[in-house]
Amino acid sequence: MALYSETVMDHFRNPRNVGVLEDANGVGEVGNAKCGDIMRIYLNIEDDIIKDVKFETFGCGSAIASSSMATELIKGKPLSEALTLTNKAVAEALEGLPAHKLHCSVLAEEAIKAAIKDYYDRSGIAYDHSQFPDCEHCDHGCGI
Amino acid sequence: MNVYADNAATTKMSRRAIEAMLPYLDEVYGNPSSLYSAGQRAAEALAEARSRIAARLGCQPAEITFTSGGSEADNQAIRSAAKLGERKGRKHIISTNFEHHAVLHTLDALKLEGFEVTLLEVSDKGLVTPEQVEAAIRPDTCLVTIMYANNEIGTIQPIAEIGAVCRKAGVPFHTDAVQAAGHLPINVAEEQIDLLSLSAHKFHGPKGVGVLYARKGIPLVNLVYGGAQERGRRAGTENVAGIMAMAEALDDACEHMEQNRTHLLALRDRLIAGLEQIPHCQLNGDREHRLPGNVSFCFEGIEGESLLLMLDDRGISASSGSACTSGSLDPSHVLLAIGRPHEVAHGSLRLSLSEETTAQEVDYLIASVAQVVDELRAMSPVYRDLEAGKRNYIL
Repeated sequence: MALYSETVMDHFRNPRNVGVLEDANGVGEVGNAKCGDIMRIYLNIEDDIIKDVKFETFGCGSAIASSSMATELIKGKPLSEALTLTNKAVAEALEGLPAHKLHCSVLAEEAIKAAIKDYYDRSGIAYDHSQFPDCEHCDHGCGI
Repeated sequence: MNVYADNAATTKMSRRAIEAMLPYLDEVYGNPSSLYSAGQRAAEALAEARSRIAARLGCQPAEITFTSGGSEADNQAIRSAAKLGERKGRKHIISTNFEHHAVLHTLDALKLEGFEVTLLEVSDKGLVTPEQVEAAIRPDTCLVTIMYANNEIGTIQPIAEIGAVCRKAGVPFHTDAVQAAGHLPINVAEEQIDLLSLSAHKFHGPKGVGVLYARKGIPLVNLVYGGAQERGRRAGTENVAGIMAMAEALDDACEHMEQNRTHLLALRDRLIAGLEQIPHCQLNGDREHRLPGNVSFCFEGIEGESLLLMLDDRGISASSGSACTSGSLDPSHVLLAIGRPHEVAHGSLRLSLSEETTAQEVDYLIASVAQVVDELRAMSPVYRDLEAGKRNYIL
């Protein structure tokens, strides 16, 4: 049995939306180089719609595939919908991840939330803080 | 092009080893413990294999115990020396912080049984000195266990010098020679080694068979109880075919050692020189004191598992010490031991060559690694920050 599903390998080999958005109005970064994975999401939001999204990821195959899939799932969607994206939805869309790789999908969800939060902060839009967990205290299991 | 560059993980069996194995799978299938002639023929074969292996190591046949491989040999060697020490009230063991887990985890288990373990810190080149060993030896030291050559970064330890220090102090010396056997000249008498582990599949023999050499006078404790095989030191019907193939593979490796070494050194250094052209990378481990087939690098700004997956897509089999490839959360303890920071250790790559590797394959490896590192760096936020000066390069 292969380590990853066909879908994971497809998104790893041909990552969608990889790169930088120079005119991004929301950027989120989660993870830690010491732990071996960092995801950065760039959003271009207009009228509460995610017009464009790009990502950069330092990490393993499933981290790259999770970022790619997560960007696909929110592209063109209203912010309200993007905010409901869960790590479970990312993992399911990838046809599953090995148990010890599930944290990659968690990072993808958090990276998107962090980018949306950044957009709200930059634009001075009021929001419900409880929607955004304080990632200072997030534990991805790396322990560093 | 398909390139197998993970010979430190395992090797392809040689034709000679396969041929040596075959008669013992069908014609001579008797149990060596049986007294009828079909059994005795197998017993004679075992005796012959034992003598041949002993000759290659520079010891007596009676000092050879066949095991299921390197891990079992390491476990039994360490447990035996510990037991011997315990009887004399000595419960201190010296090792290094970059041993194979077969050694480190056995030592962890012994710690729970009241043993004290000193792990010597290897240098940033991945070497330990005889002086470090000498300084760590105490009156209650019952074992020094130091690997012959490291499995990840290929560094070769000063085994004969450490052997001399241990012999002088009267402390048994074990070496895990799994990566060295068949690749480096070993003579347990000259190097004053008391216990040595080796594994057949690292030198083109079969998996699941290995050797524990224990100098006469060092009693072994059993890990496996049962019949009286291996003079009562390891129960279970011997893997006759595997042992015959191991003897043949070791002969083959030792007969061609110099020739293989010359071939491998040229390829290894060509590969190192080629990979060093990639910016912000560094060779892991000492350049001189290293196995002829080992190349290990860290590349900044990328992660090892994605590197391996992309290389696999290009037909290349390699390995990495990144956390993601091990299933653990930390990168390789070996890379941390030589002082690589976590963020860099995640981006490691080990390429281990064999006698069959060609110059064309090495050139393909260089081109492919350079390409893949570039691709991964192009999507890495860490590398972007490094290039933008927002983060400082480590390598």
